[in-house]
Order: sequence, then C-alpha cells, then structure tokens
Amino acid sequence: MFKTNSFIPFTVLGDPDIETSFNIIKQFIDSGANALELGFPFSDPIADGPIIQKANNRSLDNQFKIEDGFEIINKTRKYSQIPISIMLSFNLILQYGIDVFYKKCNLLNVNAVLCPDLPLEESEEVMEYAKKYNIHQVFLITPTTKEDRMKEYAKICSGYVYLVSLLGVTGTRKEVNKNLKILIEKVRKYFTIPIYVGFGISKPEHVKSVFDAGADGVIIGSAFCKIIENNLNDKNQLILRVKKFIQEINHLNEKQTSIT
Amino acid sequence: MRLKTKFNQFGGVYIPEMMVKSMQDLETAFITYTKNKKFRNELKSLLKNFAGRPTPLYFAKNMSKELGFKIYLKREDLLHTGAHKINNTLGQGLLAKYMGKKEIIAETGAGQHGVATAAAGALMGLPVKVFMGAKDIERQKLNVFRMKLFGAEVISVESGSKTLKDAVNESMRYFLANVESTYYLLGSVVGPHPYPTLVEYFQKIIGEETKEQIISLENKLPTKIIACVGGGSNAIGIFNTFIGKNIKLIGVEAAGNNIKHGKTLSEGTIGVFHGTKSYVLQTQEGQILEAHSISAGLDYPGVGPKHSYLKNKNLVSYQSANDEQAINALQYLCKKEGILPALESAHALSYVLENQDTFTKEDVVVICLSGRGDKDIGVVMEHV
Repeated sequence: MFKTNSFIPFTVLGDPDIETSFNIIKQFIDSGANALELGFPFSDPIADGPIIQKANNRSLDNQFKIEDGFEIINKTRKYSQIPISIMLSFNLILQYGIDVFYKKCNLLNVNAVLCPDLPLEESEEVMEYAKKYNIHQVFLITPTTKEDRMKEYAKICSGYVYLVSLLGVTGTRKEVNKNLKILIEKVRKYFTIPIYVGFGISKPEHVKSVFDAGADGVIIGSAFCKIIENNLNDKNQLILRVKKFIQEINHLNEKQTSIT
Repeated sequence: MRLKTKFNQFGGVYIPEMMVKSMQDLETAFITYTKNKKFRNELKSLLKNFAGRPTPLYFAKNMSKELGFKIYLKREDLLHTGAHKINNTLGQGLLAKYMGKKEIIAETGAGQHGVATAAAGALMGLPVKVFMGAKDIERQKLNVFRMKLFGAEVISVESGSKTLKDAVNESMRYFLANVESTYYLLGSVVGPHPYPTLVEYFQKIIGEETKEQIISLENKLPTKIIACVGGGSNAIGIFNTFIGKNIKLIGVEAAGNNIKHGKTLSEGTIGVFHGTKSYVLQTQEGQILEAHSISAGLDYPGVGPKHSYLKNKNLVSYQSANDEQAINALQYLCKKEGILPALESAHALSYVLENQDTFTKEDVVVICLSGRGDKDIGVVMEHV
C-alpha cells in the first residue's frame, strides 16, 4: 500500500478553510502524489516550526472541528483510493477516545496514524487499538535514535517509517542532511517497510538529493503550507501554485518517481 | 528510562523521538550526580552561601493574633533573586555544568524563573537564552532587564497567546534543534519525565527545612500546609515531606477574574500537554485553552503530573483564590507583618483569610511564601 518511489505531500486539514483544504488535497492527487499525509490542527504543536504552526492556527481560527477533518477525509476517500496517513498530536486522539478514533479511521479507510509526540515509551496506549482496527501505526526515527531503539520500533511500526532527516522542528532548510545516506542505510538494517524522509525538505532539488540518498519516499509539508500562506487572497492561484510546485518536483525527479 | 516515569496514570514522556535521548541522558546524569559527593557538596554550599538557605520559618505574630490560630510563613521570598525558583536553577544549572553542556535555555512567564536561571548561568559561566512571551515581556519589563544584566539573552515569543505556554513551546522547539549541546532548564514540576521528578528533588528542601524548623519551634508537625499552585513546584517542594501524614495539605490555584482562570486541577480535564499527562485546561476536542491570572506565575493551562496524582488520591485538597482576593491578601500581609509577598504566594495567603472559619485555635498553619512581591508593584499600583 505504501510504496517505494513515493512523493507524499502534507497539508493541515481545514487550512485555510474546509473547502479549499479539500481542493488542495484533490490537486495533490491529480498531480500524482503517491500517498497523503493529512494533519489535524493542534493549538500547541511542539514539533512544528513557524510555517506549520501558522497553518494550524489558520485552520483553528476558522472553527475547525475534528469532525470537519473526518469529513474532508471522507470526501477524499470517495475521490481516490490513495493511501492516507494522518498525523496529529496524541491529545486529540485521547480526547476523542482512543478506541472510537481508530474505529473511525477504519471506517473511513484511513491507512496509517502518526503521533509525533508518542515515542516508543508511550506507544502501548494506542497499539492495541491500531491492531484492533487494522490501522498502521507509524513512528518517527531521528538522527538521535540509537540502533537498539530502531530494533524496538521495527516491531511496532508498520506501513512505512517516518525518518526525520535532521534535528529540529518542521520547516524549510537550506540543504539536506549530508549524512542522510548513512542514516538511511542504518535504518534499512532494521526495517523492511518503506522509509519516507521528512522535515526540512522544501525544494525540488532537496527531493532529488533525498531520493539519491536512498529514501523510498519524500514527505513535503512546510513548502505547501507556505504556498497557502502566500496565496490566501486568491484560492485559484493557490491551487495553481500547488500544481506548479509538484510539476517542478516531478520534472527534476522523473527517473525516480513513478508519477504519471 | 530507568526511573519510574509516571505517578499512576499521570506523567510520562509524550515527546518527539528526537528529544527522547536527551531525556534519557538527563535522567542518567540526575541519578549519577545526585549520588556524587562533590556535586552534592557543591550544591549544598551554593544553596547556603549563594541563595541564602535555610530560609526562616517565621511566626506571623500579628496575623496569628488577629485570626486566632498560629500561622508560620516559610520565607522563600528571602532567597536570592526573590523566590524558590533559585533552588531548582542552582540544582539544574550544576547538572548542566557537570554534563558538559555548552548553553542553558529556559522558559519564563513572570520572569522569576528566567531571572533565577540567568543568575545561575552567570554563576556557572554558561550562556543563557530565556524564551518569554511577547505579552509577558511587555508587562514584566523589570525582570527582562534583570535577566539582561545577568548576561542572558531574552528571546521574544510571538506565537500563540504570547505567554508562558508559548514560551515553553518555543523552548522545546529550540531544544529539538540543539539537543546535543543545550541544557533545557525547565522551571517547574511539569513537562516530560524526568523533569517532574528532578524539579521535585531540588525543591523538596523547602519541606525538609520546614519540618525541622516547626518541630524545634512547636515540638510537633503543623496541622495544615498551604501553597499556591501554577505548575506546582513550590507546592510539591513544601508538601513532599508531609504527604500521607495526616496533615491537611492545600494547594491554591488562580481563579483569575472568575471567567478566565488557571484552575487546571479544579476545572481541567485529563490530557497530554507539554510532554506530560496531567490535568489540562482544554476544549472538549483537546485544544489547549489560555489561562489567566493577575499573577503571571499561575498563568498556565497545565500542572505538574504529581499534583494530578495527589488530587485523584485525595492526598491534597485543591482550592482557588481570585485576582481581587490575591491583591487584598498582598496588602494585608504588607500592613500586618511588613512583608510584601509575590502575587502568586498571596493566593495561598488569601485562602487562609477567606476561609478563617474552617480553622480552629489548635491549628498550626504553614503558608509557603514562595516569592517576594517587588516584581508585582506595577500591577498592584494599577489595582489599589
């Protein structure tokens, strides 16, 4: 389901509004994204840099409710069978009710769930329900993760593994971590599932170097949030910019990606 | 993790993976150095000679006479930099030094923890960055300047509500990017493990001294101990020694202006916020709400996980006092005893004034006077 040679765009559900949010997702799919990562907005996201924080706020300022997010996912599912991974702070699941949350994900054919604030130590709380409702639970692996922990993560992480390419929060960086290739090789020793790399990848050239380093997929978030931020007054232009950005990525990475 | 990370269901390490190793390293350093003789002696000496411990347990004679029962004040307000915060920043500052860290970062609300961290950093020879909400910088100008005098860099946080919770967010974000070289000196018994345990360890000296002092003064333990609760470090510090000993422990939260408040324990629900599971002020969907109190130190929508545990076990009773009651209590202590308490501590004091009828003449009450009120003069002037 989560394949190699994948390009995975991320957007915050409800950003900048519910209708446009769905149109952005639709454009991702139409432009050939291989999977989607959809974030539920949270008031205090600690792993996010300023660009995604603002995206969270735009959505919440529009009175976004969890059910709005599920409704966008529902519409997306009717439009396409593309793999969907959702990303959200654990507190949102906890308040919704862990059991009912995963049940809802199953109902909507969501494929994977990732909580950036749920490391190995706290994973037990959700694993039971992820298994019960047949949802892949995805975890972060980072440059500070030791190999014995990777081994432990490999036992519970399924679907794909989210490799954080460098230390810090989400956002744009000048260049990709030079040691990424070594890091990917290390992770590969423990995981048979695809390795998707995210954090700090914002330019088409970055995507190329991440694939060159051996990644199975590239996750891009902040760059799209920035496009939204820059085009709030013209929604058509916004969608056009999203399309253009993905075209640029595709153009530079024709060999690697199977985008049609 | 080697130590227990939770207090029953509360606490834990709800943090991004890139932060886990640094918490493991911190826990290891904490276990190692708190057993190390050199570290212990150095801290003991600093607490005595730099911070001014032990602090007096002062018999508030005039107040006791008027109210009809014995009231003692644990004078943390007399400590260097003006509050109990220095107990923790000296302990953790020393840890940072022993761990070989290159810089210290901290969050601050009112600026008390920021000032105490800046002083500790100056003392240890480590550069300090303090993250502070833009709104707090505006209303706490004096403390901002004090931090700068100690050589700290004050970083204005423009995100979210621009107050303490956002300062914590920004500190964590900075920390995520600089985990190898940076020591994050958290100011209260909040955040992911090991912070709640570690900060409690450095603050429990308040209760240990109190116990020794009250026994020598009264030849028995107190009947009631009262402390204000924001994140809850001074309260944990003074309660710790007395938990489960048939002493009535009362934590006083900020009731704010009665509409917006900081009553996390009395009115919050269980959630995960800033790396820990505890009571939280949040919407039904789990979005964190803004707290409010006239005292910036109680202006926090979370609370230490141990407090949540103590609440659920009925080992501490959590009450509240509002802005106006705190201002009144502050003025009362000034006039009665010649002591200007911090607005935070005035909440604890106010509980006694507002609930006099629940005390009897046999009561021996200890109030934790966690800080002095010099920093609050501007705010008080506007309200008097």
